[in-house]
Amino acid sequence: MRFRAFSFWMRVAASLALSVAICFSLGATDAGSRFNNLNHRLMCTCGCNELLGECNHVGCPDSPGELNELSAAIASGSNDQQILQGFAAKYGATVLAAPTTHGFDLVAWIAPFAVFAAALMGTILLIYRWGGLGGKRQAPADVATANPEPEEQERLDRIRRETGTDSGF
Amino acid sequence: MATFGSFCILIALVLAAYNLVAGAVALRLLATGRPVPISPERLADTARRAGIAGFVAVTGAAFALIWSVFSNDFSITYILEHSNRALPIPYKFAALWSGQEGSLLLWAWLLGTYGFVLRLLHKTDVRLYAYAGTILSGIQVFFLAVLVFAAPPFALLPGYAAGVTPVPADGNGLNPLLQYPEMVIHPPMLYLGYVGFSVPFAFALGALMMRYPGEKWIRTTRVWTMVTWLFLTCGIFLGMHWAYAVLGWGGYWGWDPVENASFMPWLTGTAFLHSVMMQERKGMMKSWNVWLIFSTFLLTLLGTLLTRAGLVSSVHAFAQSSIGTWFVVFMCIVLAVCIFTYVLQRGHLKTEHHMESLVSRESSFLFNNLVLLAACFVILWGTLFPILSEYVQGTKVTVGAPWYNRVAVPVGLFLVFLTGVGPLLPWRAASFKAIKRNFVLPIIALWATVIVCLALGVNPWKGGEFSSGTFYALVGFAVSAAVLTAIVAEFLRGAGVISRQTGRNLIAATWLLTRRNTRRYGGYLIHIGVVVVVVGLCGSAFNRSVESEMGLHSTLNIGPYTLEQVGATQDSNLNYNSEYAMLDVYKGSQRAKTLEFEGFQFYVVPIFKIVPLQMTPEKRVYLASQQPQTMVAIHSVPEWDLYVVYEGTNPDTGQPIIKAFLNPLVGWIWFGVAVIVFGTFVALVPSLTPATAALRVPAAKAVPMAPALKGGD
Repeated sequence: MRFRAFSFWMRVAASLALSVAICFSLGATDAGSRFNNLNHRLMCTCGCNELLGECNHVGCPDSPGELNELSAAIASGSNDQQILQGFAAKYGATVLAAPTTHGFDLVAWIAPFAVFAAALMGTILLIYRWGGLGGKRQAPADVATANPEPEEQERLDRIRRETGTDSGF
Repeated sequence: MATFGSFCILIALVLAAYNLVAGAVALRLLATGRPVPISPERLADTARRAGIAGFVAVTGAAFALIWSVFSNDFSITYILEHSNRALPIPYKFAALWSGQEGSLLLWAWLLGTYGFVLRLLHKTDVRLYAYAGTILSGIQVFFLAVLVFAAPPFALLPGYAAGVTPVPADGNGLNPLLQYPEMVIHPPMLYLGYVGFSVPFAFALGALMMRYPGEKWIRTTRVWTMVTWLFLTCGIFLGMHWAYAVLGWGGYWGWDPVENASFMPWLTGTAFLHSVMMQERKGMMKSWNVWLIFSTFLLTLLGTLLTRAGLVSSVHAFAQSSIGTWFVVFMCIVLAVCIFTYVLQRGHLKTEHHMESLVSRESSFLFNNLVLLAACFVILWGTLFPILSEYVQGTKVTVGAPWYNRVAVPVGLFLVFLTGVGPLLPWRAASFKAIKRNFVLPIIALWATVIVCLALGVNPWKGGEFSSGTFYALVGFAVSAAVLTAIVAEFLRGAGVISRQTGRNLIAATWLLTRRNTRRYGGYLIHIGVVVVVVGLCGSAFNRSVESEMGLHSTLNIGPYTLEQVGATQDSNLNYNSEYAMLDVYKGSQRAKTLEFEGFQFYVVPIFKIVPLQMTPEKRVYLASQQPQTMVAIHSVPEWDLYVVYEGTNPDTGQPIIKAFLNPLVGWIWFGVAVIVFGTFVALVPSLTPATAALRVPAAKAVPMAPALKGGD
């Protein structure tokens, strides 16, 4: 019975994961939303440190020209990748608001998930080692080492006695 | 005054050095028991007194700098660069932290203040406090050495000679970005948080050095850590509000490296506050806790390094200077000391218990720590990746909001989910029945919220295309509803038991329940605050903006509001010139209304009156620095903020250009912070002991507490 319930929840989780993946694979298609999407993937180069689509400086020397360039590039039929590469070639890599997914830049995307996965594995292993997954618990001998020697125990107890208060204030 | 200030810093350095050396020698002698002509206890006490005297000296230096600002002593380079005669009085105080030298002096003074309080409380545990005081003095030596040798705040103008060289008539003025009320309080709050983590760090290191019982030093430092965490939380959110109200871009968090630098120690500090409960209750995670607090302290230093050394480009970064090297060397020394002590004493940190189930409070703490640390790594990685990229590829890259939105937001949502799950799981192991009982209501709330949101139009697939922002918002709302339901159900369950036991109504029972275990229920209140903040953050997915040039009586529509320009004018005073527009605000066909503060009744009760809403966004140009500054007009209601920016004037027509934003749920963020602060205060109040609780419960109805209400944090 429990196994069946577990299997059901696993299927639900898999379906949810799949639907989320499908959602993320869908993209904006029309020119207006492409323009909006792309101007939020580029930085304004005037030094304001804002996304091109959010630069709000009146008289900004750069953003109107860059927005026009972006509109022209979309109208010319270039794909997103070509447009972003064109901007990077003209203004330098810092015009892209996020690292690309090529070469060393890919590390920027992979490392957080890799570290998270490694930490997750580590945590699960730790729980297993501590017996939380029904794994092998520490042998009694090991547990004994966690308990201090009698003299050490006496010292710890003395500290506890002498500093009876439980709070700093 | 410059001479007095300089001498004060020098004397403080000598006293801190004495405290460090004498304290270390005395503690070594006490540890080894070696017979010496001088009593180690007395030597340690002289070190403690030197620490107290050091606080007086560094206070003298801070006073000298403030005095110099107020007396417009422009012979001092720092005063010349960060103040001017027309600067309003509150901002004269802000000059103390507006530049590198002054803010380092503020750091040293706050550290001295923390040390002063710690040394006054030394009788709590003389030996442990002596260790902590000595370690704090080591940190103080570093900051005072930087002030003496690398960034002297009282340096005179180059070539200046008193009575010979004329003093400049006026200063360059304070950075306009800092001339905003929150700037008088945001940096000190942040610094109180940053510096405050030195104290639990000192206790942790000291306790490890003297092989002190783990749960004792944690209890001793609990109040210190929570107060520090509270200061850092307030500092971060005040900074967010400042960015929102001053920078004029409609947002409050830009993933700026210095914002990130303040957020990282907050994450590790939060992880520490949770994982210490494992050590207190189960004797587990001892090494982990020690390293968490070591890391938190190191991250505060890293944040300071990022701010000061110009390693990364940031709106906060001060000019590049040589003090970056000082910080790098100090961080290496701190890390070496931590590693050495840990390796030497690691036998003292063995775990005492085991985990009994994956589905338990213990494992939820482990996962909570995992996610907090993962979030910290993500932010650290994003902050430092441009430097790494430049080193590896020779070209810098930008790691901006799109990257963080894709990487950090999912981690954050998972963390919110754990905020709700953790408190529902019992210690040791949870039965399937208990899980089902505790999780049914939150799951119902989750799906009900999804359905309601979809019905209200919060649909990520609206218009045939997928919006990841709306999707995250939908998930955020749903998870927040589930977490809120879980916490409220916990309160009601406990309050119901108390109500049945004592015959009190539900509100009184909830109050008594909270007072019986302030730590647990204060923690729940903090979680509620976090959930409210998350709801507010989710609102950003629906921000709207519109920009228009506005002539007299022209209008601008955004959401339900219509803004009509009824005047544009200029003003000036000794500090700045300003241009502003007056905009009458209509909601539908009616004038929108707002509350206006009138005054106090009986000196304490604020009185408001309802008036028609007129907004006056402003642009200032400060005379001393000739730098412009935006003053945003904000009308905040629970649903949204109407946020109006005066962007400037069209040079061709002379008409003002107005940009209006409609930012949903922003007010929830600030309200959530207020709940977090309240929850922290509750958690800091000692719980009612059984004896005092009995006095408050009618004798006839006094019955033992139900086991379900005991313990557990």
